[in-house]
Amino acid sequence: MANLVNSHNLPADLRELQVEIEGYALEYGLDFYNTIFEVLDYDELSEIAALGGFPTRYPHWRFGMEYEQLSKGYRYGLQKIYEMVINNDPCYAYLLRCNMRVDQKLVMAHVYGHNDFFKNNHWFSQTNRKMMDETANHGNRIRSYMERFGEEIVEDFIDSCLSLENLIDIHSMFIKRRDTPDRYNFERDSEADNGVHKFQSKDYMDSYVNPPSFLKEQVKKKEAEQQKSRQFPENPERDVLLFLLENAPLNAWQRDVLDIVRQEAYYFTPQGQTKIMNEGWASYWHSTMMTTRILDASEVVDYADHHSGTMATSPGSLNPYKLGIELFRDIEDRWNKGQFGPEYDACENTEERRRWDTKLGKGRAKIFEVRKIHNDITFVDTFLTADFCKRHNMFSFKHNDAQETYEIESRQFQQIKERLLFGLTNFGQPIIRVTEGNYRNRSELYLRHDHFGLDLKLDHAQDTLRHLNRLWTRPVHLETVVDGRSTLLSFDGTDHTIRPLGGASHEPPDPKDRRRN
Amino acid sequence: MVRKIERDANRFKQIVRGKIKADLRKYITHGEMIGKTGGELVSIPLPQIQIPEFRYGSKNSGGVGQGPGDVGQPIGRSADGEPGQGAGDSPGRHLLEVELTMDELAAILGEGLALPRIEPKGRANIIEEKDKYTGIRQTGPESLRHFKRTYKKALKRQIASNTYNPRDPLVIPVREDKLYRSWNPIALPHSNAVVLYLMDVSGSMTDDQKEIVRIEAFWIDTWLRSQYDGVTTRYIIHDAVAKEVDQHTFYHTRESGGTRISSAYNLANKIIEADHPPADWNIYVLHFSDGDNWGEDNRQCISLLRDQILPKSNLFGYGQVESPYGSGEFFRELEEAFENVPNLALSEIRNKEGIYDSIKEFLGRGR
Repeated sequence: MANLVNSHNLPADLRELQVEIEGYALEYGLDFYNTIFEVLDYDELSEIAALGGFPTRYPHWRFGMEYEQLSKGYRYGLQKIYEMVINNDPCYAYLLRCNMRVDQKLVMAHVYGHNDFFKNNHWFSQTNRKMMDETANHGNRIRSYMERFGEEIVEDFIDSCLSLENLIDIHSMFIKRRDTPDRYNFERDSEADNGVHKFQSKDYMDSYVNPPSFLKEQVKKKEAEQQKSRQFPENPERDVLLFLLENAPLNAWQRDVLDIVRQEAYYFTPQGQTKIMNEGWASYWHSTMMTTRILDASEVVDYADHHSGTMATSPGSLNPYKLGIELFRDIEDRWNKGQFGPEYDACENTEERRRWDTKLGKGRAKIFEVRKIHNDITFVDTFLTADFCKRHNMFSFKHNDAQETYEIESRQFQQIKERLLFGLTNFGQPIIRVTEGNYRNRSELYLRHDHFGLDLKLDHAQDTLRHLNRLWTRPVHLETVVDGRSTLLSFDGTDHTIRPLGGASHEPPDPKDRRRN
Repeated sequence: MVRKIERDANRFKQIVRGKIKADLRKYITHGEMIGKTGGELVSIPLPQIQIPEFRYGSKNSGGVGQGPGDVGQPIGRSADGEPGQGAGDSPGRHLLEVELTMDELAAILGEGLALPRIEPKGRANIIEEKDKYTGIRQTGPESLRHFKRTYKKALKRQIASNTYNPRDPLVIPVREDKLYRSWNPIALPHSNAVVLYLMDVSGSMTDDQKEIVRIEAFWIDTWLRSQYDGVTTRYIIHDAVAKEVDQHTFYHTRESGGTRISSAYNLANKIIEADHPPADWNIYVLHFSDGDNWGEDNRQCISLLRDQILPKSNLFGYGQVESPYGSGEFFRELEEAFENVPNLALSEIRNKEGIYDSIKEFLGRGR
């Protein structure tokens, strides 16, 4: 085992701990990358946390802002970062030097949970496992651009890219949305004649073999297709960053910077997609390992204190650690007792349901399967049950526009689940596509927001359009819905305009219509 | 070694400064900053430093929570954004507040308004040393023993060594417990400045006008404090008669009488003569009024200014604040009487927006 453990100046006592905990993790069947722990002071930890976990990331002022807030928060005793772990092979994790020994144990056990999740969860399968090196390269490239073109110019450009950072197609890593354009295929251009394929036939049979109505249809279809291919982009494009990368008039360095921002956005995507599961899984394992193996009797109280601190809930927000660990435990319990399937679902007797136990014993195997194939949306969709919501006192809340407060909306299972899933969809961010790259035949950019009942924050939207215009250089438009009316926000480089579209007001679609992705 | 993050943190500070400078007019006009001064630091709300992105507004929004409560029960205010799905891990969406020291703020003000540095007059470089008892030492004469601290320390020691009996609370200091006052030499620089604020509190000056005066005085103070080692402020209110008051009274008094500006000038002159000899002090006299003076008094005011106050002070500033009852003639009178006097600054402040230009007028002369 010892050969797995790194020698990155980890103090001897912590190295011993690592060997021990790694042993338990393997014993439980966790499967992880080699882990490198580094011990840091709080200041150093704040720095790395501000940089999103990558010490060699590109320079940008927002990291400085983050750092100020983190270190200030710590100095004033408001917050404290416990652990940080990076999805990379080898996996890097950071320990806080001043933590108690019991905390170090907890963090290490927690890290092995994350590490296993990174390695095995399907949604992480497309991430770059050498991101540590990649971000260092990004950093060097951006630094060199700053030297050549000026710090301010490059940083301003990064601002614009970051402002559009969330406009990516989170599933494109797994789906081939379109064929890669074949630049040697000239057929499309030469296909000008409207000839439709006809079956061979004798003259007198022709009207039967190739009925005129069918031919007409074919011509129409072909025309429609050509019409479509003249559209730009052919299909509405979710990956706005990619569209800009391919079509915006950018310099080589600007293109590279945009590409860097896009790559990093995609790298962080699965972490956003599996927040509840990832934290739940890691918490499940730290709690399992701590309570069955690692804990020393003298540490129980401190452990309980810190564990419950991490699991604490507050009314206005959902703690992903808590929700995740409880769901995993619930799944384990249900699959141990066989509390699933048509027979169980059909059972109406509460008492019987409670006592239901087929001694199936498949709980562990089930949660390992779940951690492999699910993301937060499918996880919640599949495993959140009415019983669970009730047991955990869950409720949905909504904004009271008149009072500017949030208030409890319902304790109905359907409502809770709907709210929860909506919040998880696209990380609770609006879905926006490029529909037209040559709007009004004047190279203007036209985006459309798929409206599902929530309006955009207008001031932010306008500021973002300003950034978009900087990249596109021609006027940009965003079609969205404001107060139930279809509206077009435009920015032409100097002025913002807001005008209603068409006049036909869009009713917000039926909630059931909400797309999941 | 310079850490990488230092660069980012410095850039962030630079950007903050840039933002404040760009919006200086707005910040100057807002009174809220003054309310937040806690001595050395000012915190300034900076909403627009976030990188904007397309995201949902709070209308119709919602989420899921955990805990007790009935349907309809409020669970929190919507500050600027959502309570958020991710607990604890997402950095606060709240308004960003940055802290600046008063010196930094003054520097930004100076850059933004292009204010020249002030060349102090008087015995600028003479520094007097004086002893002040501000420290604590472990040795010293018994006459300087700090009674309370000594006994506290003794009590601590006794509790720690378990010789303290609450039923018989006898605390006996031993040698190691004894603490003594000690002194530090304090440098008293001589490039001192005194600012005399004069304000008309007659019936025609309303709270809005006083607010303008308050904001303007805050910025002038901030700038002067950054330019001098020590700044003393004194406040004089007047209607038909003048009296010296403290800061609070200055901003909160309202009289109903008529206006005789010369009374204030007389008092200011007396104060200068008594306490602040012009040879040693940099003197600033700033007067705010709605300009509605008692007609026959103007002549006296002008002669007081010409013969007494102007020769003695670095700067005399008169700000005429427009009141709902209109603006008086005093501004015009002064304008006619004094042409091209370098240490006299006049400005008309129509409303809060006018503060910015008025400050520039007062302080732009580098005196």
